[in-house]
Amino acid sequence: MNAQAQREATPDVVELRIPAKAEWVSIARLAVSAVASRLQFSIEEIEDVKLAVAEALVHAIARGGDRVDLACESVPEGLRIRVRNFGGPVQPEAVNVVTADEGSMGNLGIFLIRALMDSVDYDARSDGNTDLVMFKHLPS
Amino acid sequence: MDIKVNVREAKGDCSVVDLSGEIDVYTSPKLKDAIGSLIDRGVYNLVINLEKVRYIDSTGLGVLIGGLKRVREHGGSVNLVCTNPQIKKIFDITGLVMIFGIFDGEDAALKALV
Repeated sequence: MNAQAQREATPDVVELRIPAKAEWVSIARLAVSAVASRLQFSIEEIEDVKLAVAEALVHAIARGGDRVDLACESVPEGLRIRVRNFGGPVQPEAVNVVTADEGSMGNLGIFLIRALMDSVDYDARSDGNTDLVMFKHLPS
Repeated sequence: MDIKVNVREAKGDCSVVDLSGEIDVYTSPKLKDAIGSLIDRGVYNLVINLEKVRYIDSTGLGVLIGGLKRVREHGGSVNLVCTNPQIKKIFDITGLVMIFGIFDGEDAALKALV
């Protein structure tokens, strides 16, 4: 495989590290919007991705830790986004909420992520922390 | 990114809360304080105008739900003015359209309160 073919086969990744503080979430929203726009998502889809990422960041910040890492990976089928928190493991049942619960804003955030993205998974890491991995398909 | 909050008195014992900007995890405490202050003063019928709001997340929704719960304890209500399709969509998919009165204009939202 020559160098150009290798570059084309490797997904483009945009990474951002923010302090685990509420005032930095808007910066991450802007960055993700720019990436989604670059990939030719529609305005409505960009808004979906922006809100889903913001909800994931809020969830990560609420868990504690000093920072949150965000990685946007462009693949031919769409956009994969990984939000890594450093505040300890997430209980698996937290991602299985399927209905909006008026009494729990954390659950409402997870509900929104599931509603706005095409897939959402948790990836437990060996260091005890957790990645939330979301995918949005590009329209075919 | 910030949010601007302006409170106006309306007919009857209603108040209108005009919002502009983005309601997120950072700005929503300002909205919570504004709504809480009105309720503490005995204003239990509110129209919250979201026409100039570009973005709202679950923390913003939480503030609105919290306000609604508090005014309902006093027999009041909260109606929303919302014309932004993306924000309407958030109320739709969360089912909050069943909880709030959502209107296209302030007059209709006020009329439904009094």
